[in-house]
Amino acid sequence: MALLEIRNLRVEFDTAAGPFRALDGVDYTVEGGEVLAIVGESGSGKSVAMLAVMGLLPDSATVSADLMAFEGIDLRAMPAAERRKVIGKDIAMIFQEPIASLNPCFTVGFQLDEVLKTHTSLSRKERKDRVIELLESVGIPDPARRVSAFPHQMSGGQCQRVMIAIATACAPKLLIADEPTTALDVTIQKQILDLLTDMQRDTGMGLIMITHDMGVVAETADRVVVQYKGKQMETADVLTLFENPSHPYTKALLSALPENATGDRLPTVADYEAMMQADVREVQP
Amino acid sequence: MSDPILKVRDLKRDYVISGGMFGKTKLLHAVKGVSFDVERGSTLAVVGESGCGKSTLARMLTMIDPPTSGTIEIDGETIDITSHGITREMRQAVQIVFQNPYGSLNPRQKIGAVLEEPLLLNTSMSAAERRDAALAMLEKVGLPPEHYGRYPHMFSGGQRQRVAIARAIMLRPKLLVLDEPVSALDLSVQAQILNLLRDLQDEFDLTYVFISHDLSVVRYIADEVMVMYFGEAVEHGTRDQVFSDPQHDYTKTLFAATPRADVESIKKRLAAKSAA
Repeated sequence: MALLEIRNLRVEFDTAAGPFRALDGVDYTVEGGEVLAIVGESGSGKSVAMLAVMGLLPDSATVSADLMAFEGIDLRAMPAAERRKVIGKDIAMIFQEPIASLNPCFTVGFQLDEVLKTHTSLSRKERKDRVIELLESVGIPDPARRVSAFPHQMSGGQCQRVMIAIATACAPKLLIADEPTTALDVTIQKQILDLLTDMQRDTGMGLIMITHDMGVVAETADRVVVQYKGKQMETADVLTLFENPSHPYTKALLSALPENATGDRLPTVADYEAMMQADVREVQP
Repeated sequence: MSDPILKVRDLKRDYVISGGMFGKTKLLHAVKGVSFDVERGSTLAVVGESGCGKSTLARMLTMIDPPTSGTIEIDGETIDITSHGITREMRQAVQIVFQNPYGSLNPRQKIGAVLEEPLLLNTSMSAAERRDAALAMLEKVGLPPEHYGRYPHMFSGGQRQRVAIARAIMLRPKLLVLDEPVSALDLSVQAQILNLLRDLQDEFDLTYVFISHDLSVVRYIADEVMVMYFGEAVEHGTRDQVFSDPQHDYTKTLFAATPRADVESIKKRLAAKSAA
């Protein structure tokens, strides 16, 4: 049984100009211990899909799906209180802007403690030790002192480490990372990616990496879903995708990488647009 | 042969950091003595992580901030904004494009007005001439003429960055400082903007100082590369020298940290993973 299984997910937003379809019939399957990368440009619906899983979309969104199951149990059929027990504990998420996702008014120790208070039955003393242990596990130096630090006293990379500590506090079975390194420098990005993949390997959790960076995909993923304008273009394991991309959009994305430049100009997605339209016609006879 | 348009010698910039009401003030050395030349029509890429002083360097080159010491010479003329010897022509010679195209355009100004403002302030062109110049520039950066009367919020990030680039070259500068111009953009839009910068460089004989932390972009666009680390230029050479044979430890760390998207390294990673 798959850890997370989603079939035919559609998300629509009510706008002044009528309903806008952000996601149009996408499928995801994540097995335990697997790293799935969802890659696409802004507007491809990659974040919306995972926010729908987490139940974090605003009221203006209408979510429909044939199936949206976590460990075989349909998330939509769960009562709200049940679902809150799963979200944050068994499924956790980290976001793009680490400094914005932490509350500036509370110490990082307090914010970590909140998660443990909500989802575990540990005593105050045990929680305190666990908080320090968690900070240590994500590589924060001098964790006993740093528990009383405020987010503004830490760098972006350290804040992202704290976010990872919060997300992994209850040993989630599935971690969703939404562009976890986009706001960070390359050297820090490398450290955070290593931390995430090490944790994933050690705990055997499922990991969903949402990213627009093909480099990040190449460094972390087992399987890749390529999305464009709310539709799924291609699903393949990482080696196949890079070695032998079958969809023109994937080819376009890969050739837009500056390191793949041949000659003077970079090919852009526009160069592949004609090919993509031809491709769509083939699919719909 | 050697025809440097920009000569920078031993440039330093300190910032005074307030220690609060009772604390002592501290001196932060943001740029600690940087020297380099840039050839006319070439591209110098400045690489480094946040806090290494690359944006401070950009502010000094564009005459926004005065250096603490050292000299900047642009096209043979020494620039010193603390004295009053800066002429309009000298200011026009250098323009800048910022990282965030959402923040660098005035939301209440139409695109036409954005492009005409530099002409209005610096030239004696008539309104009709300014309008023609703005329309011509829109075409050069690949935007249709009907965008002339639109507001910035009606544009995507890539289109806004095109507008910001168009504004910067309205006055035909000799030197264009690009401060992370593509790092806020999607991959395929990034490719379009990089192509545009290439075309404009050829057409207007522009010299670029290209600030970036993305080595794959630098490798594509740069002629020369300078790596900065904590305010110092730790490595400087032609692109091929720096990329094929990095000397400094920090440069090597940077290369090692850059994600690799070739099939060989994916195979290696997967093999290591299944062995573990």
